[in-house]
Amino acid sequence: MKDAVETPSDRTLARIPEVGSAPIGSDAERHLSELWESAPGWRGWLSTVDHKEIGLRYLVTSFIFLLIGGGEALIMRVQLAGPDRHLLTPEQYNQLFTMHGITMIFLYALPVLSGFSNYLWPLMLGSRDMAFPRLNALSYWLFLFAGLFLYASFPLGEGPNSGWFNYVPLAGLEYNTGPNIDVYALGMVLLGISTTVGAVNFIVTLFRMRAPGMSIDKVPILVWGTLTASVANIFAVPSVSLAFFLLWLDRRNGTHFFDPLNDGKPMLWQHLFWMFGHPWVYVIVLPAMGIVSDALPTFCRRPLVGYAAVALSTMATMLLGFGVWIHHMFATGLPALAISFFGATSLAISIPSAVAVFAWIATIWLGRPVFQTPFLFFAGFVLLFVMGGLSGVMTAAVPLDLQLNDTYFVVAHLHYVLLGINVFPVVGGIYYWFPKFCGRMMNETLGKWSFWVLFIGFNLGFFPMHVAGLLGMPRRIYTYAPNMGWNSVNLVTSIGSFVFAAGILIFLSNIAFSLKRGALAPQNPWDAPTLEWAVPAPPPPYNFAVIPFIASRHPLWEDRLDTAEGRSNLQEGYLLMEGRETLGTTALDAVPDVILKMPDDTYAPFFLALFGSLGFAGLLLDWNRFTFLMTAAAGLSLAAWMWPRQKLVQRLPGVNGVTEAGRG
Amino acid sequence: MAEALAASEKPLPIGSAGKHSGGWWGVMALIATEGSLFGYLLFSYFYLASQAEQHWPPEGLPRLLMPGINTALLLTSSVFVWASERCLRFGQPRLSLAAMAAASLLGAAFVAIQLGEWHSKPYGPSANLYGSLYFTITGFHLLHVVIGLVILALLLIWIALGYFDHRRHAAVTIGGLYWHFVDAVWLFVFSALYLFPYLG
Repeated sequence: MKDAVETPSDRTLARIPEVGSAPIGSDAERHLSELWESAPGWRGWLSTVDHKEIGLRYLVTSFIFLLIGGGEALIMRVQLAGPDRHLLTPEQYNQLFTMHGITMIFLYALPVLSGFSNYLWPLMLGSRDMAFPRLNALSYWLFLFAGLFLYASFPLGEGPNSGWFNYVPLAGLEYNTGPNIDVYALGMVLLGISTTVGAVNFIVTLFRMRAPGMSIDKVPILVWGTLTASVANIFAVPSVSLAFFLLWLDRRNGTHFFDPLNDGKPMLWQHLFWMFGHPWVYVIVLPAMGIVSDALPTFCRRPLVGYAAVALSTMATMLLGFGVWIHHMFATGLPALAISFFGATSLAISIPSAVAVFAWIATIWLGRPVFQTPFLFFAGFVLLFVMGGLSGVMTAAVPLDLQLNDTYFVVAHLHYVLLGINVFPVVGGIYYWFPKFCGRMMNETLGKWSFWVLFIGFNLGFFPMHVAGLLGMPRRIYTYAPNMGWNSVNLVTSIGSFVFAAGILIFLSNIAFSLKRGALAPQNPWDAPTLEWAVPAPPPPYNFAVIPFIASRHPLWEDRLDTAEGRSNLQEGYLLMEGRETLGTTALDAVPDVILKMPDDTYAPFFLALFGSLGFAGLLLDWNRFTFLMTAAAGLSLAAWMWPRQKLVQRLPGVNGVTEAGRG
Repeated sequence: MAEALAASEKPLPIGSAGKHSGGWWGVMALIATEGSLFGYLLFSYFYLASQAEQHWPPEGLPRLLMPGINTALLLTSSVFVWASERCLRFGQPRLSLAAMAAASLLGAAFVAIQLGEWHSKPYGPSANLYGSLYFTITGFHLLHVVIGLVILALLLIWIALGYFDHRRHAAVTIGGLYWHFVDAVWLFVFSALYLFPYLG
């Protein structure tokens, strides 16, 4: 060993990666399996860093939050089904609509997309894991704990109650003395950490972890969508974390940022919140649009029309998305110049959106559509996207917005956008990738039923909200008088919401049924073009037995498309099996650059998340010593995590008698 | 594909090799997001300052001597961190250790002086809006310096344990990058809090 260290050409520091093949059942393949498998039982459950496991946890957890948020919505719809109903007190109603918004927007909409991306990215990119597997685990645990944190006070009747955008001074101490807003403020800072570390992981994964040959113009659109969202998150999330932290300081430590009596400015809250808030809207739709851009072509039996245009429009949308935040504040009395500028950018955003819409329509038009369940969801999405987009253009027009501001029209618009562009692609995406996740097909009959019930229920529920808004019904009122002319639209909306809920139930029973009794899925049941369909269903722990060579955007359709780009090689490639290893490639051209040593399973992320979250609980309860103790424990977890490992070749192998014994 | 195969005929570095390592890319992304955090802090400062009706800062123009010295200390510590990495790269682990120790001491001195500055203010964070901004912004930065100091201390231990040589020292590159960021962002904080009032 000593000799080995002193030789410059030491094989532990650099080597030529072996090329070969490792078919299922071969010695090499079994060795890989042993290397990458997580321990069975609770140990493996708490310590796993496998992106597939983490991705599924993200999906399941966020879907549970979706059901909770949906339950809250149904209670509100019962209350609003007729005039003068008193099922809920005003305070209960306030907490319900606030928690509904927080749950759907923060605990469901992005995490569910992170679930897809976590699961699918390494499979689509031809890698064995994400760039930072431990960070991935940390991001999940923090998300889970932040979700529990945000819900901690709700069962006690002390939940956040000032709406999801939480305007001051209503959310300030003067009007809101309980713990309600403190829970929201600290919970959002905690959740922001989870979002940020997740985003960093996606960005580095895209630039470093693609299979050789998969240059930047060959990655699936879902990857573009999640990359764009992640870059946006890196720049936007600090704004909202800071806003909530400053609010908490104002409330519990006597500062004056938002306090008008002492020169503070409530408008600062609105700026900081929406500078984050509007990019966030695109964060929770662009990856979902990516799902459609990748999966819709499979059912049209042809590649996506206008790949480059769609990829560029994804980024253009986000870029413009950073310059539209004031359209949430048209009615606040800002100068006309600012308002016209932001109104113009908001209108301009319809251009890149239209590019994507026309690309999908052209793909369907020029293809030979196969009307299976996922296709229905994706085609339905296109329709809802257009409707949500149209009402968006209407609210971007300043004079009309002044009329519609804070009415149900806005509620209708945002639900068309968020359910239309997020929920429909997500449910379609689950139908599409379920065979990959679980190795079984979902039931097609139940699938079609779930689509039509969801689609009809959705439009029945949310379209009349436009009308209610035009009739002047303000949002966030807990009841209304019978003579306002809002009775029938509200009744229809309530009926529609229950039809929609029935659709979700059909979907869930389909999952439950298919998990047990679904037909066994082949490797590529939809005859799809992308790399995730080149691995068994469900995928083995190491993903790819050999790191493939990629020559085109559609590695599995090369024979029939007959591209001039050459042929990908999925059978032979880099073996990389001296420990957990995968290939790092260059950022743009994906030329092999480094053999990356991947970490083993570890408890460090779980403990870091646990101690960190307990530290936030300490802040909430004003237990200073406890907070200090938890911060120290989190610091120790982080130091143990970061300690340079020989196994990962972060430090020199075998010097000075310092051994790796007893360390994972 | 032929290209990809051809590229594999040269040996590839294994594990955390400098800028080939994932950590280097990760810390760049971390710096981007932390940089935005300070961007939003300073946005809040200028937003509120531009609309303030009180005298800004309330106690008159800030004195520049001690903060100036402190700025110099912090920048010097960055030079030592840079030197520490260079020494490792040129096979001088002892010099590297000494440079890292010097950087840590300078960083600690910055914290001590900054705490002294806090102490000399006649008001606290809850006295007025300026106090809230001053203590929050410098507090955020001080917290980053303290975290940076913990990182420098760990690097010091790892260098002392002989973990690194000229071929493998990614942790020093990555940790050093974070420290440079903490120092660079201070220049923005310093300009906003100490120099900007002189423009008014």
